[in-house]
Amino acid sequence: MKISNQRTVYGETLIELGKRDPRIVVLEADLGKSTQSYGFSQVFPERYFEMGIAEADMTSFAAGLSLTGKIPFTNSFAVFAAGRAYDQIRQGVAIGKLNVKIVGSSAGMSDFGDGATHQSVEDIAIMRAIPNMTVLVPADAPQLKAMVHWMVAYDGPVYLRVSRNDLPEVTGETPDPVRPAVLRDGTDAAIVSCGIMTARALQAAESMAEAGISARVINVPCLKPFPHEEIKALLQGAKAIVVTEEHSYIGGLSQALAWTLRGDGRPLESVAIADEFGQSASNPEELLRHYHLTAEAITDQLKSMLEN
Amino acid sequence: MDTKALQAKAAQLRMDVARMIGPGKTGHLGGSCSLADIVTVLYYDVMRLRPSDPAWPDRDRFLLSKGHAALIQYAALGDLGYYPKEEESTLKKLGSRLQGHPDLRKLPGIEANTGSLGQGLSMAAGMAAGLRMDKRDARVYCCVGDGELAEGQIWEAAMAAGVFKLSNLTAIVDMNGLQATGAVRERFDSSPYREKFEAFRWHVLEVDGHDIDCLRAAFRLAIAEKERPTVLLAKTVKGKGFAFAENVVAFHNGQMTQEQYDAAMACETRCNQ
Repeated sequence: MKISNQRTVYGETLIELGKRDPRIVVLEADLGKSTQSYGFSQVFPERYFEMGIAEADMTSFAAGLSLTGKIPFTNSFAVFAAGRAYDQIRQGVAIGKLNVKIVGSSAGMSDFGDGATHQSVEDIAIMRAIPNMTVLVPADAPQLKAMVHWMVAYDGPVYLRVSRNDLPEVTGETPDPVRPAVLRDGTDAAIVSCGIMTARALQAAESMAEAGISARVINVPCLKPFPHEEIKALLQGAKAIVVTEEHSYIGGLSQALAWTLRGDGRPLESVAIADEFGQSASNPEELLRHYHLTAEAITDQLKSMLEN
Repeated sequence: MDTKALQAKAAQLRMDVARMIGPGKTGHLGGSCSLADIVTVLYYDVMRLRPSDPAWPDRDRFLLSKGHAALIQYAALGDLGYYPKEEESTLKKLGSRLQGHPDLRKLPGIEANTGSLGQGLSMAAGMAAGLRMDKRDARVYCCVGDGELAEGQIWEAAMAAGVFKLSNLTAIVDMNGLQATGAVRERFDSSPYREKFEAFRWHVLEVDGHDIDCLRAAFRLAIAEKERPTVLLAKTVKGKGFAFAENVVAFHNGQMTQEQYDAAMACETRCNQ
């Protein structure tokens, strides 16, 4: 399976789109070499704003730029993009439905070394709670690329969640940037996933198949507006459902799906982060294992549900 | 308009504000009236506007970072024909385009959603940068309160505007000296202002915020400045124009009694004579 990096592809896609669309401008809060927005500054210095380490100002400044017809992309780590600039997003961007693209990089646990202050366990929840906001969580780099294209075409505020680390490409040749999709069919059970957990869901389905259980994997790239009816349709026939995300179970995919399936009656469990912060680890895998964000955790969960 | 006509216009807009609030109802009278002369000079003398085409790309922009003073901007916009004047009576009523704080999606002529203090200057700076990128001659004016200067984001925006040399941006600090709970100097004294803005590479002008000619001259100096953003430190009186409200903290967001309201309306009769 091909491995690629969302950050790298994000930076390349910005430049590619910047060449086609002069309205695109990029704002950064001194993390450009990590978020990969820096490359844009080398090609389009006049359309790149280094705002200093000032995420609040960056976000409101982007709102102002959008009101002159620009398509601003603000860049920071997800914790700061969604958390530190929350009020600026809510008040200045979302109420007016302004065309500002907020990119939260090093999202989830992907900044494994930096610990709780830099790991976003609640960014999706914060952004989903804001009216008018669209929330996108790419499962791999190709899907992220499709999303960035989609974001430029869409007129309105969008939050894009970007992972820091290399990921297997799982969404196929032409990943849809917003629609849920079945990435592997199965008849007994279903795994609903987003972001980096989609690759793990596919691994889990593979090992389940070896044990004679057929599990469907549904990737959900757009967490808001949440495609309740589409997902319901895709879940037809599944006898047990596990939802998985690299985010707190509060306010993200887990609770969105629980709402979709209210009154449905089928067993539904979640493999997500508990109501707790992250911490430093020496590599991403060690951290994800510690928080049970693994294919094995999904497999174990599904098996125990099907046995009962 | 000459000075006298502008003075009369400012008096009329203050009256509109008082009428919009009405007796026995809560409204931001004080901070709207301290701004009346500044708003008048901007809307009727300085800014290039097309009220019949609110989205005209080359228009000058006015943002009220202290969004709670929206009433004075509503008064000017209604008077200039951005919306039917009779709609003023719908202020803050369910479904009204005249919200408690300005909403750009609802009312023509509103340039940004403000009210969460501290954010307007950043938005104004972003607009100024966008206009400059497009080589448009348009200018951006942003009014902030002196109490609002305690918001850290104001100084982030001040830094950015200085660093980017946004000379098409003019800020006006409405220095009425009172914030919601008392005198700014007693509550949270963030002075000096001149030295701070100068340190952040701004062109600073100290003006009497009720002196029409002084304001006109200051805005001309701001337009002539080609290297730095300009800030007008405008000394004003909260509640200016209505004796019962001048320098009274309670009129930050207070209620007029029927007698006070009548006095305000009598003031109108006087002004029109």
